[in-house]
Amino acid sequence: MELRSNEPTGPIEHRWEKHKESSKLVAPANRRRYNIIVVGSGLAGGAAAASLGEMGYNVKCFCYQDSPRRAHSIAAQGGINAAKDYQNDGDSVYRLFYDTVKGGDFRSRESNVYRLAQLSVNIIDQAVAQGVPFAREYGGLLANRSFGGAQVSRTFYARGQTGQQLLLGAYQALSRQIDAGTVEMHTRTEMLDLIVHEGRARGIVTRCMKSGKVSAHIADMVVLCTGGYSNVFYLSTNAKGCNVTATWRAHRQGAAFANPCYTQIHPTCIPQAGSYQSKLTLMSESLRNDGRVWVPRKKEDVTKRPEDIPEADRFYYLEERYPAFGNLVPRDVASRNALYVTNDGLGIGPEVDGERRAVYLDFADAINRLGESTIRERYGNLFEMYERITGDSPYKTPMRIYPATHYTMGGLWVDYNLETTVQGLFAGGEANFSDHGANRLGASALMQGLADGYFVLPFTVGNYLGEVRTLPPLSEDHPDVKQAIARVEERIRKLMNAPDPKHAPEHFHRLLGKIIWNKCGMSRNKEGLEEALREIPKLRDQFWREVKITGSGETLNQTLERAGRVADFFELGELMCLDALKREESCGGHFREEYEENGEALRDDEHFKYVAAWEWTGNPAEPRLHKEPLSFEYVKPSKRSYK
Amino acid sequence: MQRALTLHQTTVGKKLIMALSGLIIVGFAIGHFLGNLNLYRGAEAMDGYAEFLKGLPPLLWGTRLLLLFAFGAHIASAFSLWNRNRKARGSRYKVHKDLATDYAARTMYWSGPILLLFIVYHLLHFTILPAHPGEVYRNVVEGFQNPLIAGVYIAGNLALGFHIFHGIYSAFQTVGANHPRYNDYRRDLAIAICAVITIGNLSFPIAVLAGFITL
Amino acid sequence: MSDQLLNLTLHVWRQNGPNDAGRFETHQAKDITTHMSFLEMLDVINEELIEKGELPISFDHDCREGICGSCGMVINGVAHGPQKLTTACQLHMRQFKDGDEIWLEPWRASGFPIIKDLIVDRSAFERIIQAGGYISIRTGSAPEANELPVPKKDADSAMDAAECIGCGACVAACPNASASLFTAAKISHLSLLPQGQAERQDRARKMVAQMDAEGFGGCTNHGECEAACPKGVSLRWIARMNRELVRSMVRAEAPIESRDR
Repeated sequence: MELRSNEPTGPIEHRWEKHKESSKLVAPANRRRYNIIVVGSGLAGGAAAASLGEMGYNVKCFCYQDSPRRAHSIAAQGGINAAKDYQNDGDSVYRLFYDTVKGGDFRSRESNVYRLAQLSVNIIDQAVAQGVPFAREYGGLLANRSFGGAQVSRTFYARGQTGQQLLLGAYQALSRQIDAGTVEMHTRTEMLDLIVHEGRARGIVTRCMKSGKVSAHIADMVVLCTGGYSNVFYLSTNAKGCNVTATWRAHRQGAAFANPCYTQIHPTCIPQAGSYQSKLTLMSESLRNDGRVWVPRKKEDVTKRPEDIPEADRFYYLEERYPAFGNLVPRDVASRNALYVTNDGLGIGPEVDGERRAVYLDFADAINRLGESTIRERYGNLFEMYERITGDSPYKTPMRIYPATHYTMGGLWVDYNLETTVQGLFAGGEANFSDHGANRLGASALMQGLADGYFVLPFTVGNYLGEVRTLPPLSEDHPDVKQAIARVEERIRKLMNAPDPKHAPEHFHRLLGKIIWNKCGMSRNKEGLEEALREIPKLRDQFWREVKITGSGETLNQTLERAGRVADFFELGELMCLDALKREESCGGHFREEYEENGEALRDDEHFKYVAAWEWTGNPAEPRLHKEPLSFEYVKPSKRSYK
Repeated sequence: MQRALTLHQTTVGKKLIMALSGLIIVGFAIGHFLGNLNLYRGAEAMDGYAEFLKGLPPLLWGTRLLLLFAFGAHIASAFSLWNRNRKARGSRYKVHKDLATDYAARTMYWSGPILLLFIVYHLLHFTILPAHPGEVYRNVVEGFQNPLIAGVYIAGNLALGFHIFHGIYSAFQTVGANHPRYNDYRRDLAIAICAVITIGNLSFPIAVLAGFITL
Repeated sequence: MSDQLLNLTLHVWRQNGPNDAGRFETHQAKDITTHMSFLEMLDVINEELIEKGELPISFDHDCREGICGSCGMVINGVAHGPQKLTTACQLHMRQFKDGDEIWLEPWRASGFPIIKDLIVDRSAFERIIQAGGYISIRTGSAPEANELPVPKKDADSAMDAAECIGCGACVAACPNASASLFTAAKISHLSLLPQGQAERQDRARKMVAQMDAEGFGGCTNHGECEAACPKGVSLRWIARMNRELVRSMVRAEAPIESRDR
């Protein structure tokens, strides 16, 4: 396996133009001869399928939900960045590029990031023209806000539902193409394997979740926009259905998986209330602007009501440890400190499995200073959501918060064209590893998904097809196709017929999640990772022995769906830990306790300035590592400090 | 099947027909009530008013034709929508709770047919087969002196009240008149029209039963 | 943070497939904490069912934070259950009392055929959007975003209408199983914006025609949809849809085709 990034050279601001000029095209009249499969219908997949269909290609789009509009992009609250500089505050494409490279802790590819910043501008134009009701100023022009500590106001938003509105824009464009007949939509259909023929991705094997029917879909190429793998932690802010299956199956067919250990933890989520908890809910980070984070100083106070703990006995640990930034330290710093204080036995809230994992986020000072009505204006909807879930009113008692995983920077390795190491297999959005390096900035996920979907893929797909011209026809009877179907059927059969069925797949998923969260979560160390690498295979074997699925595979069976996803999380989880173990440095979302300086992440550019792309070897314990060296010509690596 | 679709074939169009024909009928009901106020002025005034109307055949027959048309359209649309809406539910809920529906709205499909029967009876009673042709005042008073007949009229007018309360309110919505600033007036107006017609109409049989209007 | 344990009796609609007659099945939910969400309570029951070798209750769900619109069931006669402006996934057990009996039914509408248990097929909504619920704008051909100012009030109103999550509660709650609120919200969202004007006429006609073709009932202005809507989408959009339709049908030069399939 060879990693060729296929980046154009020359001045960074001209690279994308230059690349486009030197690429192959497919003439409009020829496009309908090509069949393209797009898996996933979120921002990246929906936008790509709609745009490719509109260009004249024959597109088949797949999603596991009952409607493409329900992909988890819909849950993004905050906003989308774009270097429009409407606020005249000195923003530019270069500055967005710079911030993104730096925010990614110098582990991303400069050319990709620059292109992302350039395209951010077009995304806003496109979305506005589609009827996305962004917030506006009284003069009728678009409003912006500053997000996640950015020094400029470049974030566009639609109330707290920016992801929803952008996804509806893409969904509407997709619906138009479905009506026009250029896109054939397959909902409630899950991709379970990739068909590779003569070294090229030529189709997928799916299971219809209504009828249980397993079938092959053959095409000229495959695009995966299937999101991230945060659910490997069991508890995350992802939707229950989010899974790694599509990308993992592709990985097993030869697509390298890059930087799996780069996962992002969001510091302000509603903590787990009990062992039955099925998911965690994110609360906007903006809450830290006015809330003060604290825990009791004394262990014996953790069960007291917060109102009964005197000021002197409260430990405002972020304010004490980081006087300059206080409660506004970056996401990873805030998250890790919450972990440390709760490790010290100072966590508050209900005990779950013998631990108290929560800290207070207190608005009492802000309410005293600004008045309840101002706070209501700023955070009313968030407070309401909190109360709906916990039954407590943040106006009266401090919120309880705790970090949770909500985004994964790692994913399928792709080159500048978003092509994986399997020819003809492309990956867009959170499913690829591309633009965020080791850490993603707030309001950048929507930007990347849409840039890939609307502007990068439609072009690079054409380049690929223009290059290969005509692919030999592939029949469903070909051994490559039959084998792929057989693999899927065999796996379903194995899941349905475990030798000693005892527990539902959720049971194993929870146990796996606990291992990954404790040992490959916010804070990692060699010992813990090695332990995890011993525990995961054992648990995986137990899973395959004891997983219990009732009912039949030939009908709608949600237990079977879940079991297949959990099985893949086991293999991915192992790779995550391996990657985290191998990366002996701390950077962005990856924090190794051995590599720190006064609590700050200590990057090792000399040895680890590379993308770790893992190749499947057939043995999950021994994947092969390939390194793509990273060079920084424009943004020179520097050290982060928030003291 | 592909065919050209016209407004009245859509559910919205059918509803619009119901609203407009309903408003015609409500308009008539207001006029009808105002004319009937002559009852309080005595036999001469009442019979004179009837004579006056009969003396204007174009007005009389014009109104009758318009009403016939409005009733026909109202009933045909109602029937078509009822049939469609019934099928749209499919299977019924075992447990069902209304959150917003008021009594008037819930009983439209009952108050409508009741009203139709009442109107047929009313036409037979006073217009087609009157006991004393030409003597409107006498027919009304003699009729209402019978508690059974007065009861039928009271019941019929209560049905009318409920029906037009939801009808008027609903018609605003159907013709597209919904504006947050004026929505309160919409309900007030529906209540006012409904109250005038219903209370007014109910007053006739009650006044006769109470002996306030006599022969 | 008071923590209470509930014991509940659930009567759940079980239906094996679209052609199965279906029936209620009674399950006991024991030691349910008030901090659980409603769907977590079902998760707990399902895990027990699986371990006992029985079939778990199938229900749609995904984001579990009230935005994807996947979940939806009629809980004691109310779509999404007793808490206002709340989807089933955000409903928590503290809304219930120890000893409560809970009836769980799927959305019932001819336009939403039952697939299994509490899962229904909402693809009719897809086809309504496909009929015209979009602005035709070619990728890459959009003009500069700030070229066309949109009055803040219009943008805010459009956003109010665009909050719809497409869950189908409006259909489930409507006495006529009408899809008017869903259809009207999308028509209104796009007709309120200057970008949506070019296709405004055709959009209303095509979407209403599709809504009718799917077998949904008509609107009788009861307001059940608005009351059940977890996002508070307003009845006023239905009035607006009616206005849009009349306007476009009267002005149109040629009638449109019916979309019966």
